[in-house]
Amino acid sequence: MADDRLRAAVAAGVLASEDAHRQLLNATVEVARAIFTARASSVFLYDEQTDELVFEAVAGEGSDTLIGQRIPSSTGVAGWVLVTRQPLVLEDVTQDPRFAKDVAETTGFVPKGLMAVPLLHDEDAVGVLEVLDRPEQGRFSLEEMELLGLFANQAAISLDLLRRARRAKAVLEQGDADEAALARLAGRLDALEGARRKAGLDLLASLETLFK
Amino acid sequence: MSDPARRSLPAWSLPAGAVESLELPTAWPGQVTREWAWGDSTGDGVRVCILDSGVDGDHPLVGGLDGAVAVEVGEDDEVDIVEDAEGDLCGHGTACAGIVRSIAPDCRLFSVRVLGAGFTGSGTALLGGLRWAVEQGFEIINMSLSTTKSQFAGMLHEVADMAYFRRAVLVASAHNMPVESYPWRFSSVISVGSHEEPDPLTFFYNPNPPVEFFARGVDVEVAWLDGARARSTGNSFATPHMSGICALILGKHPELTPFQLKSTLYLTASNVEGAGG
Repeated sequence: MADDRLRAAVAAGVLASEDAHRQLLNATVEVARAIFTARASSVFLYDEQTDELVFEAVAGEGSDTLIGQRIPSSTGVAGWVLVTRQPLVLEDVTQDPRFAKDVAETTGFVPKGLMAVPLLHDEDAVGVLEVLDRPEQGRFSLEEMELLGLFANQAAISLDLLRRARRAKAVLEQGDADEAALARLAGRLDALEGARRKAGLDLLASLETLFK
Repeated sequence: MSDPARRSLPAWSLPAGAVESLELPTAWPGQVTREWAWGDSTGDGVRVCILDSGVDGDHPLVGGLDGAVAVEVGEDDEVDIVEDAEGDLCGHGTACAGIVRSIAPDCRLFSVRVLGAGFTGSGTALLGGLRWAVEQGFEIINMSLSTTKSQFAGMLHEVADMAYFRRAVLVASAHNMPVESYPWRFSSVISVGSHEEPDPLTFFYNPNPPVEFFARGVDVEVAWLDGARARSTGNSFATPHMSGICALILGKHPELTPFQLKSTLYLTASNVEGAGG
């Protein structure tokens, strides 16, 4: 157990920062928005602790206000997609106060249509990807649905990385000072370059010999 | 086992002289056509259960419900079935109900809402709702949903088999993403994917399962919340098309077992020779 915590501490030290993971996720929603020439695109992360969906990345409308906002995990279109693991495309939705409320509460505008797809990683449903308001392009095709699915795979991996980084960080924060010190050392060693890196690695090798 | 002479015989065999007990109530034609399968049927009397997000029975495309319950999950995972006071929490269940109604106008629609118990309780709600629906004896259970949790696979399999032997037909959405999910992969259910044709009665048999049938699932006009309508795409909208067609067939031939119903679907599929329509 102690060994696991030390490993987690080392992992946390060398993992990319949360910012880096968030950038990856942001890039994913930006590309999703661009490919579908949509008005907005967003990713929700499922928060196991509170049983809610949380906005983790938004491109387009709402990108400055939505991050961190929460909605129930099993109501509305996003909740349905998360629970059923089924993707869903809706277009030309007639003005409907409940639909509008459902989405507008989270995005700040009332879309005419949306595509929503579950983000699945192994057995877990880790979140939902939504693409809002594609322009009129005639009939939706199953090929577009497949494209959405491919994007969902990528987003799911990004989201899972973010989730793992947070868990490793949580282990570290709940741990004692030794683990935190080890994580700092691992992180700093990992960031070194050139001669300084070589000197650091030589020191590690010497320590290993000493502890044998 | 009313015949005393048969009591001592093995339970799952057919003794000499008992062959007449297997007499089938339906005389099957030489060629099964759509006319034979569901000509003039409106799905009258067939009970179709929509296991989904709830249904707005007042939507004009749904045209009324015969009953609606919700599945509640307690802290210790105990399942309660209660009258549904909230209706549709998403719009999807209403959409499915409207599609079934458009194909089988005189069927009886019931809603079992498995959404709303939180994501944590969703697998338990799905299983509990399905088990309850099978026990109620609905002839058709429309499941536009699935779970990826392998812990539920065994129990779902058991309930799917129970449904099969009790003559409850499970019509389940296939996944259009490459993931393992259930119950659509079980052979005891009718699994449905999408095709892009606009005709609601066009469906194809797939000789390369696990997806067995493709039904209309692209750009479907559906009912949505508060009387609204939308155009929708997804296997979850193809599934109620197959449920509606099943309701038509059972409306005309209520004695069919799930095996016979699936055979009828095969023989009347748009890509099967002799479909007759």
